[in-house]
Amino acid sequence: MGIIVLLIGISITIALVFLGIFLWNMRSGQYEDTYTPSVRMLFDDKTKSKKNEPARADQKV
Amino acid sequence: MELEVPLKTETACFHCGNTCEETLWLDDKTFCCFGCKTVYEILHANDLCEYYALDQNAGIQVKDVSEDAYAYLDKPEIRRKLVAFDVDDFVRVKFYVPAIHCVSCIWLLENLQKLNPGVLKSEVNFARKTVEIDFTPSRVKLSEVARLLASLGYEPKINLANEVSATTSATIDRSLLIKLAVAGFCFGNVMLFSFPEYLGLDHNDYALQRIFSFLNIALSIPVLIYSGYDYFLACYRSLRERQINIDVPIAVGLIALFARSTWDIVTATGPGYLDSFTGLVFFLLIGRWFQGKTYESLAFDRDFKSYFPLAVQRLSDDEWTPVIIYELAKGDHIRVRNLEIVPADSVLIEGEALIDYSFVTGESKPVSAVQGDVVYAGGRLIGKPVELVVQKKTSQSHLTSLWNNDAFQKSSESKYRKTIDRAARRFTWAVLGIAVLTAMYWFLADPSRMWLVLTSVLMVACPCALALSAPFTYGSMLRVFGKHHFYLKNADIIERLATVDAVVFDKTGTVTHGDQPDIHFVGRPLSENEKAVVKQLTGFSTHPLSTLINKSIRKADTPPGISGFRELPGKGLEGRSQGHHYKLGSALFVGASSDREAGSVVYLSIDDVVVGYYSISTALREGLKPMLARLGKRFVALLSGDNDSDRSRMEKLFGGGVPMFFNQSPHDKLEYIRNLQSSGKRVLMVGDGLNDSGAIKQSDVGIAVTDDTGVFTPACDAILHGSRVGSLDKFIAMAKIASRILKTGFVISFTYNAIALSFAVSGFLTPLVAAILMPLSSISVVGFTSLAVSFMAKRKNL
Repeated sequence: MGIIVLLIGISITIALVFLGIFLWNMRSGQYEDTYTPSVRMLFDDKTKSKKNEPARADQKV
Repeated sequence: MELEVPLKTETACFHCGNTCEETLWLDDKTFCCFGCKTVYEILHANDLCEYYALDQNAGIQVKDVSEDAYAYLDKPEIRRKLVAFDVDDFVRVKFYVPAIHCVSCIWLLENLQKLNPGVLKSEVNFARKTVEIDFTPSRVKLSEVARLLASLGYEPKINLANEVSATTSATIDRSLLIKLAVAGFCFGNVMLFSFPEYLGLDHNDYALQRIFSFLNIALSIPVLIYSGYDYFLACYRSLRERQINIDVPIAVGLIALFARSTWDIVTATGPGYLDSFTGLVFFLLIGRWFQGKTYESLAFDRDFKSYFPLAVQRLSDDEWTPVIIYELAKGDHIRVRNLEIVPADSVLIEGEALIDYSFVTGESKPVSAVQGDVVYAGGRLIGKPVELVVQKKTSQSHLTSLWNNDAFQKSSESKYRKTIDRAARRFTWAVLGIAVLTAMYWFLADPSRMWLVLTSVLMVACPCALALSAPFTYGSMLRVFGKHHFYLKNADIIERLATVDAVVFDKTGTVTHGDQPDIHFVGRPLSENEKAVVKQLTGFSTHPLSTLINKSIRKADTPPGISGFRELPGKGLEGRSQGHHYKLGSALFVGASSDREAGSVVYLSIDDVVVGYYSISTALREGLKPMLARLGKRFVALLSGDNDSDRSRMEKLFGGGVPMFFNQSPHDKLEYIRNLQSSGKRVLMVGDGLNDSGAIKQSDVGIAVTDDTGVFTPACDAILHGSRVGSLDKFIAMAKIASRILKTGFVISFTYNAIALSFAVSGFLTPLVAAILMPLSSISVVGFTSLAVSFMAKRKNL
């Protein structure tokens, strides 16, 4: 009996944490654009692009 | 030309991928124009060539950007409207850039700081096609940022009116989603805590049940106060205006449900209906969110403001400075550049100009104006810049007077919304009456149960299914229409479209293609070599008709040489090739006997022998004839701003008995529509171009036909893509079906309410019944309306 009350308290707390995370995501605008970040993380750093660029660009011609 | 498979000898531009007409070379790479080459040079110099590695031929062909094209952005009042955040050393601005289309675009636009050190950071939102730029105003001006984008081919689309509405709608959407999330969270948990009640607990678990009940109250409070806030606010507003709209019974129902449940739980007389309550709010918010989503995806608010240039160059103190067009006064000295719109009726003070009035008259042939001629507002300049003196303030010019016509202030109040409100009002009074009668009965029969029954009645009166049926029916209908390139301004138009019994067509751009002219050569067949000469000759000329003919001829492998080229303005072209003398132009110039309208015919003579003429006419759209047959008697008339050279062709299409009016001015068209309406007809006007604007607004439903929704559309109720004009009758039929589906949805919703009410009146409304009945009614109405719409759309072959 007592343990059920405890478990329910824990489950509600966890659920509230998830709701809080969702609201935080929502407010910080993470759902506004779901495409760009997935591409952005794949862009190479500048130094790397310098080396790779000519070879790859030539293939496209 | 685009449809043709590129020849092997042709090369694709390294930057934009277009076929190169005249190839420019740089670093072993080919470019179609200087613009593309310049962008490549900029990127190459700044070590940004990864742009080309991410996506092949990612670039956008660049149009020339003049030095001060965006100078008006630096005016404080314009700047204030655009900039989101502005302090001394930091400015944040968001531009809408329609050209964003691939990974490379994102990459380049997020590396702007490498091109201009004044830019601090830039971030792309791919879905909304916006780029947010932070920059230091002391190092780079707002106009320079805009020009930087434009010089890379990412021309920002600046629209002061839309800029404001875009940001506000986004925040509304976000707060609604948060409300929805809270309601969904509480609904789910309340459901979990209510399960034991449904499954039946024995007396040992009574304490647990009490805990669950109080947890339910705790979970319902945010739903009541936060998620349901909008309904209570709307209820309060409507009561203050002494009107009852649909939100009143909803709010009363919600309060009754919550109050009674809390009372039950606190007094330990029952488990309450909090699962129904939270579920109700959740489903109501889903309906509202779906509605907003549907409208957002179809939203367009293009009126003349978004088309007119925001600023024009005015001469003051021997200097050209940008000025907002509304500030123009009579006598101002202004300069208009290529492809800019003349903002006010003005007099040309030097040189000559070609003005394209197609937005005003629908006539696509540019009109030439010489020194001293009046140039009217709405005309678009083609060619080199000209200087003008303003004759009338913009608000008084004949175009804006047409826009300012009463027809434009057509009340946008939604009729179906009114229908629902009227129904809700009756419903509320009926429910109140039933509640009073029930209370009286129970007061006599069993006074202890009177208050419980009374709240039950008020509770089930909540017409949530009623509130959902309209947005879902019209929402799905808008989606079906949108899928077929028929975009409505709002759902109310479906209702009006259903009642249409007279259809009036415009000719240019509606019945005929505006931008795909039908060019054919009449006379003796030309040899390939002769065609190549004509192509090259017309290529030398910038005359619009030359351009059209030039485009219609396939490019030859080996262009013949031309000598002695001469262009005689207003007459034609001539030149020699391979010993033959070619002349191209008007009948008089070539020496032919003219028997047709001079404007649309270009004669060709070789060695002074007339071999034939190019007939240039706009082609008819496809599928018109069967559509007109299906429209039958509802089709009323054809109105055209053009001359009647097309009359016989139109008669063949529409049949003899149909009234056709040519040389109609915008006012004539508007009057015609008004006359039809005063004879009791509900008129659908199908047109394009600004000259129909008055008529389109005056009509009950005005549809603008366009071949490119991204280009221009006058203020209208709906936009129809040119290729779908043939389905017009189906759209009308679907609109009729929509109102039938909506009525059925109402009936279903009322049936549910009647059943629930009968339970409530007889005092049998248990939490279980409420929990099942309330969401079930919403879901079945939503499901029915959405499925019925897509089913009917399929049956109608849409």
